[in-house]
Amino acid sequence: MAKVFSYNIARFFALVVLQVFLFKNIGYYNLATPFPYILFLLLLPVGIPNFILYCLAFITGITVDAFYDTLGVNAAACIALAWGRITFLRVTLQTDHYESYMTPLWGTVPFRWYFLYVVVLTTFHHLVLFLLEAFTFHQFHYTLIRILLSCIFTVIIILLFSLLFYRKKQR
Amino acid sequence: MKNLWLILTKYNAFFLFIIFFGLAFYLVIKNNSFQRASAVNSSNQLVGTAYARINAWKSYLHLADENALLAEENATLRERLQQFTMPDSVVRGTVRDSARGIQYHYIVAKVTNNSIHQKNNYITLDKGRKHGIEKGMGVISSSGIVGIVLNVSEHFSTVQSLLHSETRISAELEDSHAFGSLMWGDNYDARMGILRDIPNHVKVREGEHVYTSGFSLFPPGILAGRVIETGVSGGDSFLDIRVELSTQFHNLQQVYVVHDLLAKEKEALEAQNDDNG
Repeated sequence: MAKVFSYNIARFFALVVLQVFLFKNIGYYNLATPFPYILFLLLLPVGIPNFILYCLAFITGITVDAFYDTLGVNAAACIALAWGRITFLRVTLQTDHYESYMTPLWGTVPFRWYFLYVVVLTTFHHLVLFLLEAFTFHQFHYTLIRILLSCIFTVIIILLFSLLFYRKKQR
Repeated sequence: MKNLWLILTKYNAFFLFIIFFGLAFYLVIKNNSFQRASAVNSSNQLVGTAYARINAWKSYLHLADENALLAEENATLRERLQQFTMPDSVVRGTVRDSARGIQYHYIVAKVTNNSIHQKNNYITLDKGRKHGIEKGMGVISSSGIVGIVLNVSEHFSTVQSLLHSETRISAELEDSHAFGSLMWGDNYDARMGILRDIPNHVKVREGEHVYTSGFSLFPPGILAGRVIETGVSGGDSFLDIRVELSTQFHNLQQVYVVHDLLAKEKEALEAQNDDNG
């Protein structure tokens, strides 16, 4: 329990620092901008209460927003991500997992499930994020291309991170 | 009540999502200027479109009234057009400077003869004594200063252009209000003039505008030109400033003759100083 707690706090700081100081400066012509800080929200324990999850998502989003000068945009996207996560876990996991402190990381869970989890939730997050940022349906195809390319970018970075911390048969 | 509570707890994820998302969305709208502007815009667009639709319908109902109004206006304009096409008519405008109590009459005249390539250039106007023009009046155009009326006949008058070696017009700088004499000087370029007698200590900026001072025949504040070269030393304690004249002498068409109603009184008063001195 304490280990999970400290791991998550460390992950929060590491990912947010990486996001605002490193990944903020990486991009491809404003078309693909990675947001791998959402990995923190993805890796929260499965059994976390909804209210705490939303609070953490909000705090994470606001923190990143503070550095991006887009107060509320990332927060809203993170809240959407939290909702998507709750729904996704309810649909795909058996009920006995709900109360566990399991971290849904590759190695603990099968890769196929993990990949789907990351792709679906990243897409959901980026959809909300870029639509809120653009705040218009004008040139919608441009926004869609940004969402698509950014998703690919973020998913690749998240999978690379996961590979770094991959430990087989942790259970 | 119990059922409501059950629903709330069962779908707590959704309701929490609504609450938190609403909060985040509120922050977005409130704090990000672009989103705020476009949120307001889209609602305005809605209202604006509605008004435009309604107006398009309403305007049909008023077509008859509009037609009558336009016809009436046409008639008035036609009447006034007649006045303008009459060859001998005079158009006069009056500017009343209430602060100083001075009246300037403006007499519109057409340029019938013009030269810019001589050492001393003269302009002929199609208005004369009959139309109220007198010797010594100032002449301006919409773009700047033109010159001073030299001779008047019954129907014509000649103007000593600013492009004349003897013409001197009192002018001042925009920033410092230091005044000097604007003249054509020694050059042969119809676009350039020289502002003399500005003291050495005055700071002059390139591109600064030069206006009439109001000490001579012209109303104050009429644009004369723009400083293009500062501090050409005249060899003594005065600066010679090169000025790009704002008047387009080469295509001068319509000019205004300035009739200063109080000029005579001023001259008479100033003449007394000489008598005493």
